[in-house]
Formats: sequence, C-alpha cells, structure tokens
Amino acid sequence: MAHSGINILFAGQNFTRLLGGLWVSAKISIVSLVIGILLGLLLGALRTLKNPVLRTILRLYLEFFRIVPTVVLLFLFYYILPKNFNVNLSAQIVAMLVFALWVAAEMSDIVRGALISVPRHQKEAGMAIGLNGPQLYRYVLLPQAVGLMIPATINLMTRVIKTTSLLLLISVMDVVNIGQQIIEANRQVYPNGAFWVYGLIFILYFLLCYPLSAWARHLERRQNNNA
Amino acid sequence: MATPLLQVEHLEKSYGDVHILHDINLTIATGSVTVLLGPSGSGKSTLIRCLNGLEDFQSGQLTFSGQPVTPNAKTWQQLRQKIGMVFQSYDLFPNLTVLDNILLGPLKVQHRSKAEAQEQAVKLLKEVGLADYQDAYPRQLSGGQKQRIAIVRALALNPEFMLFDEVTASLDPEMVRGVLEVLRNLAQQKMTMLVVTHEMNFAREIADQVVFLEEGHILEQTPGQQFFANPQTERAQIFLNSMDF
Amino acid sequence: MSWTIIQQSIPVFVQAFWLTLKLSFYGIIGAIIVGLIASFLRYFKVPVLRQISAAYTEISRNTPLLIQLFFIYYAFPEIGIKISATAAGISGLIFLGGSYMAEAIYGGLQGVAKIQVESGLAIGLSRGQLARYVVFPQGLTLSVPAIAANVIFLIKETSIFTVIAIPELTNTALDQIGLYYHTDESLFVLVIAYAIILIPLSLALTWLERRARRGSFGN
Ligand SMILES: Nc1ncnc2c1ncn2[C@@H]1O[C@H](COP(=O)(O)OP(=O)(O)OP(=O)(O)O)[C@@H](O)[C@H]1O
Ligand SMILES: [Mg+2]
Repeated sequence: MAHSGINILFAGQNFTRLLGGLWVSAKISIVSLVIGILLGLLLGALRTLKNPVLRTILRLYLEFFRIVPTVVLLFLFYYILPKNFNVNLSAQIVAMLVFALWVAAEMSDIVRGALISVPRHQKEAGMAIGLNGPQLYRYVLLPQAVGLMIPATINLMTRVIKTTSLLLLISVMDVVNIGQQIIEANRQVYPNGAFWVYGLIFILYFLLCYPLSAWARHLERRQNNNA
Repeated sequence: MATPLLQVEHLEKSYGDVHILHDINLTIATGSVTVLLGPSGSGKSTLIRCLNGLEDFQSGQLTFSGQPVTPNAKTWQQLRQKIGMVFQSYDLFPNLTVLDNILLGPLKVQHRSKAEAQEQAVKLLKEVGLADYQDAYPRQLSGGQKQRIAIVRALALNPEFMLFDEVTASLDPEMVRGVLEVLRNLAQQKMTMLVVTHEMNFAREIADQVVFLEEGHILEQTPGQQFFANPQTERAQIFLNSMDF
Repeated sequence: MSWTIIQQSIPVFVQAFWLTLKLSFYGIIGAIIVGLIASFLRYFKVPVLRQISAAYTEISRNTPLLIQLFFIYYAFPEIGIKISATAAGISGLIFLGGSYMAEAIYGGLQGVAKIQVESGLAIGLSRGQLARYVVFPQGLTLSVPAIAANVIFLIKETSIFTVIAIPELTNTALDQIGLYYHTDESLFVLVIAYAIILIPLSLALTWLERRARRGSFGN
C-alpha cells in the first residue's frame, strides 16, 4: 500500500474541514437545545395545569413528536414548509426548528414529571403564604424540580447531538456530509478512506457524548443515594 | 451443662465510623426461647442479622453447635439451612406460588426428593391453618397469612434455630394472634428461637431468657420470669414501664 | 394532495411496511439477547467479560446509529468484512439496541427489593439460585416498561436505514418523492404508516408504565 490510510485525515485541509462540519452540528445542537429547553419549561409547566383542552393539545404535541421518527420530521419540514407555505428556509434553519420543537416536546415531559413529583404540601405551603400561580412555580416548584430534571436533560442533550448525524439527509454540510465528500474525492489515493474517516467521526461523536452521559449518570446516582 | 446451640463472644459491629454493637456476649441453650428486647434503634435487627450472616461484623466469635463459625459466604450458605429467619416485612417471593415458595429451599438448596418435601410442606401448612392455600400467589394472601407462610418456608428446611425479627410488627391487630400462635407452638415443640418482639405479654409468656439491648450494649441477660418481675437495671425498668401491657 | 396517487402508492408502502416490521423484529430480538447477556455478565460480575461489555455499552450508547451503520456497511468491507445492506442494518440495530436493552434489564434487576434478596439468602440459596428463582424473574418483570420503550425507540431508528438504501418505509417515501415528486402524498402515507405501528405500542407502553407504578407484584 503506497499510502497509509490514516493520512487521508490529514491530507490538505481535510482535518479542519471535518472539524468545521462538526462545528455546524454543534451550532445546530446548541441553538435548538437553548430554544427547546426554554420552550419545554413553559410547556411542561402548562401541562401541570388543570385545563383539559390545554393538556390534551400539549399531550398530542408531545405524542406527535414521539411517534414520528426524527428523520421523517426533518423531511416533513424540509419539503412541506417551502412547498405548501411558501416559507423558504435554509436547511440549517429547518434543522434548528425541527430539533427545537422536538426538544421542547421531550423537555415538556421531563419538566412535568419533575414538577408533579414535588410534594403536594410544598405547593400548599406556598399558597398559604399568599403566592400566586406564577410565583408558586417561580419560587417553590421549579427550584425544587430542577435537580430532578437535570440528568434527563443532559441525556436529552446527548440524544440531540447524536441526532445531528441525520443532518446530511437534508443536505446540511455537517461532519458526516463533509466526510463523505472527502472519501469520494480521495477514492483513488486512499481506497480505504471510509474506514478512517468514519472511524474518526465515530470517535468525535463519542468524545462529545460520553462526558455528558457520564455526568448524567453521576448525578442520577447521587440523587438515588440521597433518596 | 450441655453445649449451647449458639454462643456469641465479643461481637463488635459498626457501619463505617458508627459503632452499632459493642462487645456482645450471648449464650443460647438448645430448645430455649430467647426474647431480645430494647428500644428502637438499639441494634436488635442488626444483631439478629449478624447471626445468619446477612450483616458482617468486625470482630467476635460465633460458635454454632460447638463448631466455631468462619464467617465467609460458603459457611453462611451452609449454616443458613440450619438457621431460619423471618423478617418484619412480608418477604414471600411474589413470582412463586405458596407451595413453590416453601419448596424452593428444600428442593434447590437441600436437594431433597419432591414427594418427601411436599409432604412435609403440606403438613406444615396444615399446622398453621393454611392447607388450602398451596397454589395461591402471595398477593392473594393477607399479611398474617403471608407471615405464617414465611415461617413455614423457613421451617421447611428443618432448621435447628429460628430467628424472628418483629414478625408481627406490620400486621393488623387481628392478624397478630394467629402468627403468635404459630410461634407458641414452635416453643412447645422445643424449637430454639431468638425472638425480637414488641408484644410484651407474649414475650413474658414464652421467654426462657430475656436479652435487653440498649445502644448496642447488652445490659441484661436474665431468665424471663425474673426480667419481667424484677429487672436489674434502671434502664430496663424504664423500658418496661414505657411499654404498656 | 391526491387520493389516487395515495392509492396507487399503497402496494409499495405495504411492502415497505412489512420490511420495516421484519427488520425491527430481528433487531429487537437480537438487542434483547445482547442486553440479557450484558446484564448477566454485570450481575454475576464476570471478570474481563464484564469490562468488555461495559465498554461496549458506552460506545454503543454514545455514538449515532447512522455512523454505526456507515461503519458497518462502508468501512468494514475495506478491512475485508462484507455484508449485505439488510444484514448491516440489522447488525447496527442490534449493536445500538443491545446497550439500551442492557440498561433496561439491569435497571429492573436493581429494582428488586433488598428484602427479597435477603430472604433468598436466608433460606440458603446460592448466588446463582438467587438469580434464577428470585432476582431475574422479578427483575425482568420490572424491566418490561423500559424494554417496551426501547422497542418503540428501535422501530423509529429503522428509519435511518434509508442511508444504506434499504427499502423500508422512509426510504420508500424518499424514493417516491425522488421519482415522481409526490411529496405530500408520500410523506402523508409515511407518517400514517409509522402511526399504525407506533400508536398501539405507545398506548401499550402507557398502560405498562401505569401498571408498573401500581406495582404488579402486589406483595
Ligand atoms: N445499613 C445501615 N447503615 C448505617 N446504619 C445503620 C444501618 N442499618 C442500621 N443502622 C443503624 O444501626 C442502629 C441499629 O439499628 P437496628 O435496625 O438494628 O435497630 P433495632 O433495634 O432493630 O430498631 P427497631 O426496633 O426500630 O427495629 C440504628 O442507629 C440504625 O440507624
Ligand atoms: Mg429492627
């Protein structure tokens, strides 16, 4: 073999290009997580209210995002927004929108679960000192629920990061897409480039996700020990 | 004097830095009933659990039937067939029927014949008044019935020694009698037993000896009648006065 | 959106529907077997193999299925391991799902009450007997809701098989769009097809979770 395969990663600008692709994925993850988590906090709080109409609508919203695979969600927004609503968004924006709505749905369930596990007497004690509804959430319920939400939220982050690997399906220039281009362009020189490029991408994803999931597990364990 | 069934010498037990049992010395004669009394948190459960290896201890010597006990997994697994235990919470295996709960030990641990073990199980079930419940699952039974089955499950291994840790404490009052009746019969059959209970009338009735534990120290080890009539320490006196019976 | 187009496309989608179910089925069965083995190694603290299985779990859970598939399907042939797209898809699903199932099953084993273990010990059961008669039967029952949640998750993940051109549902819809530009119709049928598979499962999961919370072993 004239060329050792691993050199494909360092030939020309390849390595920087791959990292650039990774940054696109990271950017989309961060934006959609920030928006999705904030929206999810609101929706989760709303889901603990008694209003049956609101609850049903939000439940259906969650179930829709739970049942339809993320790939399909991406295609739905990617094809249908421009065609039927005349909204032309770049693929990156579509991805952020889909991920943010999906995160909001999952987050609303995490938030709701944590809120309803705050003991009832806490709420009553808050009402007894005259707090109104939003104050009750702001000062009593949310602060106590946050600790319970954190591990699940971190796990959601790793899910979002892993799901960014699907971006190439709607032609976003993410790390996988760039990886494919590099493999194609170097097919003559590096016939087994796929092994090294996909291997590197595999490792990059692992390096992003592993610390997060280890952290989530650590927090979960600590909570279980305190309980 | 005959060899005692169980002898405990200088047993010390701590959880981390917390010293729970201090220099426990205890002799249990074959065929006798020992009642272990003491306030909540005094270490009764911990002591009883040390005696069948569910808790390990830092130092001390146990001697069972004259044989020194080397505390390792193998020894305990052997010894637990001779030392039965019943807990406060109903601990039947919910995935097995009553009969399978009882037969698990005799068949799988002692490798006895099914016919013989089953015959004994049925006989024991009759004695506790639950002959009709062989095929029931634990969830179909009341707390008192479960506790009686749990006793049968332990007895099915033909133990030489039985440990009872507050076996009536989680029961509704009307269930307590049936379970105590079973213990009383065992005592009459000269089963060696160590009983933790808060049923003081019952304790007075069956205790050959009373061991009084406080904050992990044995303050008294005296014959039953004497303990209830005339406790030697002030602590025991206060304890007895606090229990109304 | 045109109903005639939808009707015409039904036969292809039906075929894809069965393929999705078939691939999911093999993947899920394989994942459960891998999960059982991994929980077994962890429960019995089998030296070496336990560490290997722990490393596998971390790798599998912290990398995306798409990259796992690319690796199996495109990179493995370069080091001499060549398999069909279908086999690659199923292997990928098993590789991914095995770790999720392992967590679900081990979680169930850990949920078995301490008193159950102790009363098993008290009648002299060995560690193996304890596992066989007490911990595994009860623990597996406890893990059913988590296993069911993973079943749903894995079925959805089969949509990613489209990247290695397996003609399952998503791939078929994209094909229809690419060939005939029947975008709305194809996406509509696609969503309906997933709903047909997943709504009953999701209802079953809700039911299982509710039952688990009430405690199916009423001891
Ligand atoms: N696993 C453990 N870790 C640390 N401390 C423990 C543990 N189990 C028991 N203890 C402590 O040991 C002491 C004795 O507990 P034990 O359960 O033996 O008391 P007890 O006499 O049986 O009380 P009760 O009558 O309430 O059952 C208590 O202070 C308890 O807090
Ligand atoms: Mg106790």
